[in-house]
Amino acid sequence: MLGQLGEGAKFLAGGQSLIPLLKLRFANPEHLVDLNFIPDTSFIKEDLGALRFGAMTRHAEIEHSALAKNIPVLHDCAAGIADMQVRNRGTIGGSLAEADPSGDWANALITLDTTVHCLGPDGSRTIHLRDFVKDAYTTALAHDELVTEVEVKIPPKGSSGAYVAFKRSAPVYPSASAAVQLIMADDVCQDAAIALGCVGLTAIRATGAEVALRGKSLDDKAISTAAEAARAAADPQSDMRGSAEYKRQLVVALVKRAIQIAARRVRGEQVEGTHLYA
Amino acid sequence: MPESIPAMAPLKRFVVSVHIRVNGKSYAREIEPRMLLVEFLREACDLTGTHVGCDTTYCGACTVLMNGLAIKSCTMFAVQADGSEITTVEGLEKDGKLHPIQQAFGDSYGLQCGYCTPGLMLSAHQLLSENPAPSEKEIRKAIAGNTCRCTGYMNIFKAIELAGRNMKGA
Repeated sequence: MLGQLGEGAKFLAGGQSLIPLLKLRFANPEHLVDLNFIPDTSFIKEDLGALRFGAMTRHAEIEHSALAKNIPVLHDCAAGIADMQVRNRGTIGGSLAEADPSGDWANALITLDTTVHCLGPDGSRTIHLRDFVKDAYTTALAHDELVTEVEVKIPPKGSSGAYVAFKRSAPVYPSASAAVQLIMADDVCQDAAIALGCVGLTAIRATGAEVALRGKSLDDKAISTAAEAARAAADPQSDMRGSAEYKRQLVVALVKRAIQIAARRVRGEQVEGTHLYA
Repeated sequence: MPESIPAMAPLKRFVVSVHIRVNGKSYAREIEPRMLLVEFLREACDLTGTHVGCDTTYCGACTVLMNGLAIKSCTMFAVQADGSEITTVEGLEKDGKLHPIQQAFGDSYGLQCGYCTPGLMLSAHQLLSENPAPSEKEIRKAIAGNTCRCTGYMNIFKAIELAGRNMKGA
């Protein structure tokens, strides 16, 4: 249908980013195709070692899902996006397809093995998340293609994660965010995935920080070394949310906190992690 | 004076029919698809209790319930609510009696200018229908999307807590 309407047409998912952009005249589509009336596009299922999220699954549905709680980085992310009203409308598929550099989902999901299922006039295809987000507001989706499902591999035993973001108030995008996923064995870090949000054109994998944790027990020194490596990986811009230096400083604090929460969760502790705001 | 003013191309007005239940009453209207839900409520239904504060998805003054869930009615098109059940502040009162949430906002001085109050009461409505005895932390989280520039929020927390207690007793 979008093909018939031409280049001036756009899909409308939860609308919590697109409608504000329309009001600002930043987006000027001639036609909107509302995806909200399509049945069976909102679901959370466990299937063959993966969690599958329908593209139109609302942030609030993920926040309250017992299945999603098993992967804490997903719960942390969903529970802190904007505010209750926005979480009731906004969708995981819409967030990924918009690819806002400050969006939460891409940053949380990039620390997991995440595949995006897409559908277009030529059929369906799956794209790994790292190949899906190309640039700020730019994805691998063709103009007439949409996201149908987000598939997340369930992490192995001995792993846990955390997503921590700092924002100036609830309804706004974070100033910076950090996602951490750890695999531990006998208090030694076997593997780590660390990603930074809002401090680059896309979510940034802080590979230096990951290397700093691998094979280490997670004492203060290892965590500090990793956080400093994350600071070096961040590439923030000064804007109304803060100066570049301030955001680098935030990255250090958020990465430390996320690693600490993830490590405690691996040990079976119940620790709250989510967005922080004044 | 110019001899002739070129005629403006007639505006193509494209309207669609919607059928939205608001506070238990059916509203069938012919509207432009670009009309926001908050405009529909205020202008097509004359229900002006729902306020427009920022019109940028920030302040929550336009919060209403759609099928029981709090949403910002400035961030949704009215056509998207076709077939839905909307509750606005006008729908809280029953048979001339204030809803316990309204009563508690009054009793606890949970409002001053009142502009944000309808939205806050509907966010509180979703919270209390899921959790009648919320902690202050849970209240803070539920109303984080509603900005109040008068009260400093403390009396709003008290009002929501009181409303929860009174609703449980009811």
